[in-house]
Amino acid sequence: MGTLAFDVAHLFAGGLVLVSFMLLYQDRMTGLINIFTLHAIVLSLSVAWQAYTQHAPHLYLTAAIAVLFKAAIIPLSLQRIMVRLRIHRDIEVVGGVGVTMLLGICLVALSLVVMLPATATADPLAREDLAFALSVVLLGLLMMVTRRNAISQVIGFMSLENGLILAATGAKGMPLVVEISVAFSVLIAFIVIGIFLFRIRERFDTVDIRELDRVRGGRR
Amino acid sequence: MNILAFEPVDALLIVPALSGLILAFLSGYRLTSYINFISSGVTFFFACVLLFHRPASGNYLFVDDLNVVFVVLSTFIGFTTSAYSASYIGHEIETGKLNPAHVRFYHAMYQSMMFAMNLALLANNIGLMWVAVEFATLTTVLMVGIYRTPEALEAAWKYFILGSVGIAMALFGTILVYMAAEPVLGEGYNAMVWTSLMQHAAAFSPRLLNVAFVFLMLGYGTKVGLVPMHAWLPDAHAEGPTPISAVLSGLLLNVALYAVLRFKMLLAANATAIAPGPLMITLGLASLIFAGFMLYRRDDIKRLFAYSSIEHMGIITFAFGMGGPLANFAGLLHMTMHSLTKSAIFFAVGHIAQVKGTQKIANIRGLTESHPVLGWALVAGVMAIAGLPPFGVFMSEFLVVSSTFARQPLLAVPLAFGLLVAFGALLMRVVGLAFGEPSDSIGEVEASVVPLYFHLALVLLVGLWLEPHVAAWFQNVAGLLG
Repeated sequence: MGTLAFDVAHLFAGGLVLVSFMLLYQDRMTGLINIFTLHAIVLSLSVAWQAYTQHAPHLYLTAAIAVLFKAAIIPLSLQRIMVRLRIHRDIEVVGGVGVTMLLGICLVALSLVVMLPATATADPLAREDLAFALSVVLLGLLMMVTRRNAISQVIGFMSLENGLILAATGAKGMPLVVEISVAFSVLIAFIVIGIFLFRIRERFDTVDIRELDRVRGGRR
Repeated sequence: MNILAFEPVDALLIVPALSGLILAFLSGYRLTSYINFISSGVTFFFACVLLFHRPASGNYLFVDDLNVVFVVLSTFIGFTTSAYSASYIGHEIETGKLNPAHVRFYHAMYQSMMFAMNLALLANNIGLMWVAVEFATLTTVLMVGIYRTPEALEAAWKYFILGSVGIAMALFGTILVYMAAEPVLGEGYNAMVWTSLMQHAAAFSPRLLNVAFVFLMLGYGTKVGLVPMHAWLPDAHAEGPTPISAVLSGLLLNVALYAVLRFKMLLAANATAIAPGPLMITLGLASLIFAGFMLYRRDDIKRLFAYSSIEHMGIITFAFGMGGPLANFAGLLHMTMHSLTKSAIFFAVGHIAQVKGTQKIANIRGLTESHPVLGWALVAGVMAIAGLPPFGVFMSEFLVVSSTFARQPLLAVPLAFGLLVAFGALLMRVVGLAFGEPSDSIGEVEASVVPLYFHLALVLLVGLWLEPHVAAWFQNVAGLLG
């Protein structure tokens, strides 16, 4: 493997981690959706580069799906939902930005500590890809934990899925079944969530998850 | 011959998939619930055919001694639940809780769920199995939210988010297993096929397998409902339609457990990887004791039995974590008994909630007097699930405890403690529910008690006399689990 191929792959995977960090501190819905679009574009670039270096044409399809669904259709529909639900306002962040970022850095360190020794025998590209992928997954989890708004939780979940796709494409020659199914299930999942959001909107004036908890609190 | 040989396996997938598709377009509650019932029955029939007719394993599907147990059990409960569901849903339509469009959707989803679970159990490919579990999650999420009340939506949302995170962790673990297998088995499908993975497990990188198992255990463990990833389970059980509570407890938890067991076998086949047992034992004990205490504070009858499911999944995970022929045998038996008993209890509870118009434990009293058929069934079911003789659950719990005493006496202490705590809570609750001055009823229901009593009779039968063929079969599977 040429060193250029390695460097470019490294750049994209590292870029994805960086964009995950950017997602953490967005406090406006529009900004959040835009950064998620960027996340999806970086992912698809990374996948396309893997397709090129691994000579695996089917990975181009995965890259195309990532661009089409995650960078175009999903952000657009999220914008629409946002307009319909009238939630352009700030989103609440639990804990401060500083604390969240520090936690994020700890998670990246954790994933390096866990993954690098475990993959000592694998080839260097796959190793670092996997460590980056785990970082993206953990950052996505962190985002889901720190956000209260349903839409930002969904975005956190999708960034987590992006990390999984990064891992799946980094694993050399992993069969196509999984990639397509991942993309496909994200699509289904998204429809489901969309329906849910609308249903929730019918009953509540907000998509704030805390509102849901309050309903239960009252019932108990 | 080859085509013939593959038929029962394919039928297990084609029948539910096709009928799910058909049901999506049919309306009319009587017709659709009838089709649902027939199709579940046919699926069960083909599952039984697998017992006598073992097809060769392919790249995507395979049948071995382990998954055939799960397939037969889950198609059986799917079948009896479809019979119960017909009368339950009929009453929900009469009272206007569900409209015909919902029912159409419900039946289509029911069959899709059966399809997904059969696929997860029969899949020979770890990727395919993951997809099937994900699909099963989606279908059950949709059914949990079907009442559209704020509580139901909250339960479905919670289930969806926690389930998806669990599933995501499981996928990461699956990718790691592939990475571990790839240097040995080469790129491509072969490195994801169970049968070849098991053959070459000894040569895989143990460190990757270790990390993978942690992710898989946490991921699929979320779907098993193990503490501390259990938060979705009580809500999903309490707010969805009761037939779905029955299949969640009776089927879905088992399917997730099956995935954990498969990966446990994979790790056991590699001598240098960590032993998966201690992790399973810890999670199992935590679930058992936590759920045991939580049982005391429940005020919702379906939530109560949902926590009891967490408790029993804890016992089963514990037993499989102990390993060895006896503990595995006990785990398998307990899983079967729990599925049968818990779905029977939910059958009774569903009708009880319908006649009483409430799920609040405080508002349900004197069932044996006002509704003797349902009331005594509930008493029998709770006796069984609490582990009293002569029911089968007693036998399996006794085996779990005694095998633990024989090998790790110190672990048997918290185990027995957890069992007693749960026993006390259930007994205390059932006395209030079943006896005393009857509370008001809001109406009558055409209860379908055949599936209910049939399940209880089976559990009683196993408790009194375990048929030698079944015992030998379970022993064989327990040996496989290692």
